[in-house]
Amino acid sequence: MYKIVKKKVLAPKITRFTVEAPEVARARKPGQFVVIRAEETGERVPLTIVDSDSEKGTIDVIVQEAGFSTHDICCFQEGDAFLDVLGPLGKPTHIENFGTVVCIGGGVGIAVLYPIAKGLKEAGNTVITINGARNKELVILEEELEKVSDELIITTDDGSYGIKGFGSTVLQGLIDEGRKIDFVVAIGPTIMMKVVAEVTRPYKIPTIASLNAIMIDGTGMCGVCRVTVGDEVKFACVDGPEFDAHLVNFDEQIAKHHYYDHEQACQMEKIIAAAEQERS
Amino acid sequence: MAAEKRSRPPRQKKERIPRQEMPVRPPEERIRDFNEVACGFTEELALTEAKRCLQCPTHPCVGGCPVSIDIPGFIHLVTEGDFIGAAHKIKETNLLPAVCGRVCPQEEQCEQVCVVAKIDKPVGIGRLERFVADYEREQGAVELPEIAPPSGKKVAVVGSGPSGITVAYELLQAGHQVTIFEALHTLGGVLVYGIPEFRLPKSIVAAEIETIKKMGAEIKLDMLIGKTRTIDQLMEEDGFDAVFIGTGAGLPMFLNIPGENLNGISSANEFLTRVNLMKAYREEYVTPVKVGKRVAVIGAGNVAMDAARSAKRVGGEDTEVSIIYRRARDQMPARAEEIHHAEEEGIIFNLLTNPVRFIGDDKNNVQQVECIKMELGEPDESGRRRPIPIEGSEHIIPADTVIVALGTRPRRFIAETTPDLKTSKWGTFLADEETGKTTKKGVFAGGDIVTGSATVIKAMGAGRAAAKAINEYLAGS
Ligand SMILES: Cc1cc2nc3c(=O)[nH]c(=O)nc-3n(C[C@H](O)[C@H](O)[C@H](O)COP(=O)(O)OP(=O)(O)OC[C@H]3O[C@@H](n4cnc5c(N)ncnc54)[C@H](O)[C@@H]3O)c2cc1C
Ligand code: SF4
Ligand code: FES
Repeated sequence: MYKIVKKKVLAPKITRFTVEAPEVARARKPGQFVVIRAEETGERVPLTIVDSDSEKGTIDVIVQEAGFSTHDICCFQEGDAFLDVLGPLGKPTHIENFGTVVCIGGGVGIAVLYPIAKGLKEAGNTVITINGARNKELVILEEELEKVSDELIITTDDGSYGIKGFGSTVLQGLIDEGRKIDFVVAIGPTIMMKVVAEVTRPYKIPTIASLNAIMIDGTGMCGVCRVTVGDEVKFACVDGPEFDAHLVNFDEQIAKHHYYDHEQACQMEKIIAAAEQERS
Repeated sequence: MAAEKRSRPPRQKKERIPRQEMPVRPPEERIRDFNEVACGFTEELALTEAKRCLQCPTHPCVGGCPVSIDIPGFIHLVTEGDFIGAAHKIKETNLLPAVCGRVCPQEEQCEQVCVVAKIDKPVGIGRLERFVADYEREQGAVELPEIAPPSGKKVAVVGSGPSGITVAYELLQAGHQVTIFEALHTLGGVLVYGIPEFRLPKSIVAAEIETIKKMGAEIKLDMLIGKTRTIDQLMEEDGFDAVFIGTGAGLPMFLNIPGENLNGISSANEFLTRVNLMKAYREEYVTPVKVGKRVAVIGAGNVAMDAARSAKRVGGEDTEVSIIYRRARDQMPARAEEIHHAEEEGIIFNLLTNPVRFIGDDKNNVQQVECIKMELGEPDESGRRRPIPIEGSEHIIPADTVIVALGTRPRRFIAETTPDLKTSKWGTFLADEETGKTTKKGVFAGGDIVTGSATVIKAMGAGRAAAKAINEYLAGS
């Protein structure tokens, strides 16, 4: 059992947990993730390790309620415990001094981006972070990112905070201004990463994307996390989660995300029905 | 031969007892649920079958068993009605008889060499093994073995499949402190995530594994060695005197043909994991499993049969499930019994047929498998006649669910983080067959990680051999 020592709601439906998992905390590097199974009947859910404290033996994860299982996890409270936390999984981010890097994140992808931005800053890079959200309420980790970025640009789709529009447009703007960009890290909704890859491709700026592939075991056993990279098939849980964004077949990933839509909807209906029954 | 026989004076004629059939549930009934297909012997059937054993002094059956069970010994106890004694006899060398009695390929092992097989069908050794193990468990008569006084030595067992469980059992008995490290959230390896409930109920696996917990093994789940901890850390920082690696062959192979990443195409490991480990067939479990109206399973081994039969159960009666296999019927690697059960359950066999690409719709969901017909040519290195494509025989098999069951290879987490452990080009560890000794001092390995995917009992045999070598190693260190 892995005890939840702290729970904090960062934004509507976005929750940060600090969980006791000493072995994971000790071994983890930026870019890696855990698989959490909250309870016996639950799914195994992959979540990025946002931060860790090897002395206290804790790791932090940020969960966005997107479907049944993430909703279920977010119902856990401080003092409760998750049944299983396995990790650290995946390859750590390759961090070196590239020069100037742009870290561009959207939605809860910011949670994944933060430890990478931090690592890149510590390695001596000039870090420009573009933090995109749908609206002001959903902007997360602003303070933390401020600390590890030389420049932090916030965008919202509706203009309720920062610049109105998409992060990718801001990135295009930086390129057009003639800013020298040596490396781009894009993490967020698959469609956003696809757009960023198209922005940087003509300029041949090395770009990596961290895929939020569907997973079960997270240990290379099932192959559900297959992703086409160039002409190769890779397992996101073992070879990733980060890949060369110019080679990833994003359309395939988007299609995979919709494959279980119906099942997800049925599960959600069940929760709603149960909640309604409780109320009446 | 026949003439020779007739010239002999007629022997005193003893009524020959026929091999007792295993009661099984009718196909129409069993495809509606995940309950066990074979019901097991009754006491009466067991007593009758046991009488068929000749108690022959040479007992070749024992040599055919990878863990050398005293087969005539336990069968003799069955004839005396001492079923619990018989179970204890088996457990002298086999910790998991209820599992092995169900899943071992006895027809290639003990029963193949049984003397009775020369004149009739062999003694039903596996069925008797299952019977006594079930009897012992149901009567609550499972006994813990005697444990030697503490040796003060610590051993890490990595992986909790049949090989790891066996090593743990033997080493605990010898008085060592044993910690089992398992990557998944449950103990048992393939027994829990691969082999389906209807062939091997998980409660039985759990009950057999309970023994090592009671014997004092420390269990660490959610520990992926090579990621959470490395072998070197276990030995240098955590104070383990020896390590056994029984991590199996968990990496699924794919065909590498166009369209294989379409939605609806999964490995058998994925499909079976969803169903078995994540219990997707049960309402209260959240992990989804999706089976369409036409399922194509690629491959014809035991894993393919398990996947096909599971798909039939998940999909329901009007789901059509077919096997696609590039070789001929008698070349199918699955056990005859499994093929027979699959056929009874309405699984269709498209033999001498090889997929060349998968075709999807606008949502990227698989719809069709384009296949080519094959014919048998000259024998290849394996001695089997090589299938060759027949030009112009391309055809379409409609399928909205495809399960690829082409075998598995070891994963590389441990090899990548332990440079002094040498592997073959297939990723299996180089280890001495008799002792499980690897190229690294104090590290032993056995089971599928050494042999590539094989069988439960071979993994257990390797575990026994390694445990013996580990005991010797620890005594000398
Ligand atoms: C669907 C299916 C059906 C089968 N049917 C039969 C049958 O009918 N009869 C038969 O005899 N055999 C059958 N087999 C084969 C048999 O199950 C295997 O040969 C046997 O389980 C191998 O045992 P093992 O101990 O080597 O490894 P496994 O059973 O594979 O166990 C390995 C364990 O190690 C864990 N692990 C892996 N890597 C790590 C790591 N780095 N750190 C920590 N833990 C790790 C895994 O999670 C797993 O639990 C079948 C296999 C499958 C897949
Ligand atoms: S070979 Fe057959 S008949 Fe002989 S002892 Fe073994 S089981 Fe009995
Ligand atoms: S999640 Fe199962 S192989 Fe990657």
